[in-house]
Amino acid sequence: MDALLHQVLAGLATGGIYASLALALVMIYQATHLVNFAQGEMAMFTTYIAWSLIEAGMPYWAAFILTVLTAFMLGVLIERLIIRPVGQAPVLAVVVVFIALLLILNSVTGWIYTYTIKTFPSPFPAQPLFGNRYLSSHELGAIGITLVVLLLLYAFFRFTPLGLAMRAAAQNPESSRLVGIRVGWMLALGWGLAAAIGSIGGMMVAPIVYLDPNMMSGVLLYAFAAALVGGIDNPMGAVIGGFLVGVLENVLGAFVIGNELKLSVALVIIIGVLLVRPSGFFGRVQVSRV
Amino acid sequence: MSRKTLVLAIVLLIVACALPFVVSNYRTFQFTLVLVYAIALLGLNILTGYNGQISLGHGAFYALGAYCTAILMDRWGVPYWATIPVAGAVCLGAGFLFGLPALRLEGLYLALATFALGVATPQLLKYHLLEKWTGGVQGIVIMKPAPPFGLPLNPDQWLYFFTLAIAAVMFILGWNLIRGRIGRALVAIRDQHIAAEAMGIHNALYKSLAFGVSAMFTGVAGALGAVAVQFVAPDSFNIFLSIVLLVGIVVGGLASISGALYGALFIQFIPNIADEISKAAPWAIFGAFMIGFVYLMPTGVAGAVRLLTARRKAP
Repeated sequence: MDALLHQVLAGLATGGIYASLALALVMIYQATHLVNFAQGEMAMFTTYIAWSLIEAGMPYWAAFILTVLTAFMLGVLIERLIIRPVGQAPVLAVVVVFIALLLILNSVTGWIYTYTIKTFPSPFPAQPLFGNRYLSSHELGAIGITLVVLLLLYAFFRFTPLGLAMRAAAQNPESSRLVGIRVGWMLALGWGLAAAIGSIGGMMVAPIVYLDPNMMSGVLLYAFAAALVGGIDNPMGAVIGGFLVGVLENVLGAFVIGNELKLSVALVIIIGVLLVRPSGFFGRVQVSRV
Repeated sequence: MSRKTLVLAIVLLIVACALPFVVSNYRTFQFTLVLVYAIALLGLNILTGYNGQISLGHGAFYALGAYCTAILMDRWGVPYWATIPVAGAVCLGAGFLFGLPALRLEGLYLALATFALGVATPQLLKYHLLEKWTGGVQGIVIMKPAPPFGLPLNPDQWLYFFTLAIAAVMFILGWNLIRGRIGRALVAIRDQHIAAEAMGIHNALYKSLAFGVSAMFTGVAGALGAVAVQFVAPDSFNIFLSIVLLVGIVVGGLASISGALYGALFIQFIPNIADEISKAAPWAIFGAFMIGFVYLMPTGVAGAVRLLTARRKAP
C-alpha cells in the first residue's frame, strides 16, 4: 500500500509536467486547430537556454524568468516566420512543417550543446519539504508550479481584455476582425504563450530526466495522451489529463507491465481515447454538418 | 502506359542493370538501399499520397518486415528469398488491423496516433518477453546471401539484382493498383469522401485496405533492407526512420509513382551531402529541405519534372 501511494504521488509530480506541456498543446490547438509536433523540442531548446544562463552564473529564478520571456519571443517568431505561410495549406503540409521544425530544433541543439547528458539544477531544496516521506521537494514544487501556471492562465483568459480578444479570435476569426481584433497577432501571441508554458514544463522535467536533446520525445507523447484524455480543446481538462496520465504511467509501469513498456502506455491511451471518446472527458463534442 | 513511358521505363531498367558493373561495391550497396527505400516510399505514397491518410509511424511496419525476415532466417534457417513474402503477408495483416481503428481518425489525429506508434516501436522491440526471438537490445545478425547457380557476381551485386527484381515486381503491382478501379476509389476517398461513399465506394473497406497494402510494401522493403544491412536492432527503427520516409514522399512527390524513386535517391544520398555541408547538424539541413519543399515545390521533384516536360511540349 505504501509503495502504491508512493507511485501515485510520484505520478502526480511527473503528471504536473505532462500537464504543462499538454496545456501548451491545447493553447495552440484552440487558436489554430493544429497539433504542434514540435512542442517538445521547443521546450527542450528553451531549457538549454536556461541551462546556459545558469551556467553563466545567473541566479535560478532570474534565469527562469528570462527563459520564459525568450521562449515567448521564440514562439511568436516561429508563428510569424514559419507557420503563417502554411496557415491555409492542407493538413499534410502543416504536419511536414511541424516535423521539420522538430528536426531542426533537435539537431541545432545537439550541434550547439553536444549530445552529452547534462544535469539541470532544481530550484527547490534537496531534503523533502514538511518532513513528508513520499514526495521530494522538487516533485512537490513541480506540482505547485503547474497549478500556479494554470491559475494565471485562467485569470488571463477570464479577466483581461487581451485574453478575451484571444478567445474571440480563436472562436470566430471573421467577426473578431470586424470588431477590430488583430487576429493574426492573437495567433502569434497564442504561440508565444504556448512556448512559454512549454519552457516551464521543460525546466521542471529536466532535473528528473536530465538534459539531452532527445529528452522530450517521451514527454511529448504523454503530453499528447494527456491533452487527448482531457479533451484537446479544454485547458482544465488537459491539466487533469496530465495528472491522470502521470499516475497511470507510474502505477502501470511499477506494478503491471514494467518500465520497459511505459511509452506503449501512451500509445494505448492515445489510440484508446481517440477510438472510444475522441473529444476526451471534458472536451466539446464536435458535430459537423455534411 | 504510353509508348514513351514504356521506353523510359525500359531504359531505366537497363541503366539499373548496368550500374553495379561500373560503380564500386559500396556504391552498389547504397543503390540497393535506394531500391529498398523506393519500395517503402511507394507503400507510404499509396496511403498518404493517394488515399490522404497521414502516417508518421511507417517505420513500425518497416521494422516488422525486417524482424520477420531476421527471425525466420535466424531461428528457423529459412532461406532469405522465402522470408520476403512472409514478411509482406505479416505486414499486410498488421497494417489492415491497424487500419481499422485508424478509420475513425482523420488528418491530424491519425498523424498523432501513428506518431505514437513510431515513437513506441523501439521499446516494443526491446520488450523482454520477446527477447527470445528479437535478441533484445543486441538485435540479430544475419548472413549475407551468396549468389546462386554459380553466377559470376559478388554478393553485393547479387543482392542488388535480387532487390532490383523485387522492386520491379512491386512497382508493377503498385502501378496496376493505382491506375485501376481501386486506385480511383482511393483518390476519390481522399478528395471527397462523402461523394465517394455516395457513388458506392465502401470507404471503410478501402481505407483499411490501403493501410494494409501500404504496410505490405513497407514491410517487404524492411525485409529486403534487413537482408542488405545484415543486421536488425531496435534502435535503428526509431521515430526518425518514420520521419525520413515521410520526407521521402514529400520530396519525391505525393501521389506519384516515379516520386518514390526520386525520394529514395534523396533520402539515401542527401544525408551524405548534408554531412558535408554541416558535420554537426545534418538533420537541420534535412528539416530545411522539408520546409523548402513545402513552400516552393509542394508537388515534389516528380511534380517539377512533370511541369518541365509539359512546358517543353507546349511552346
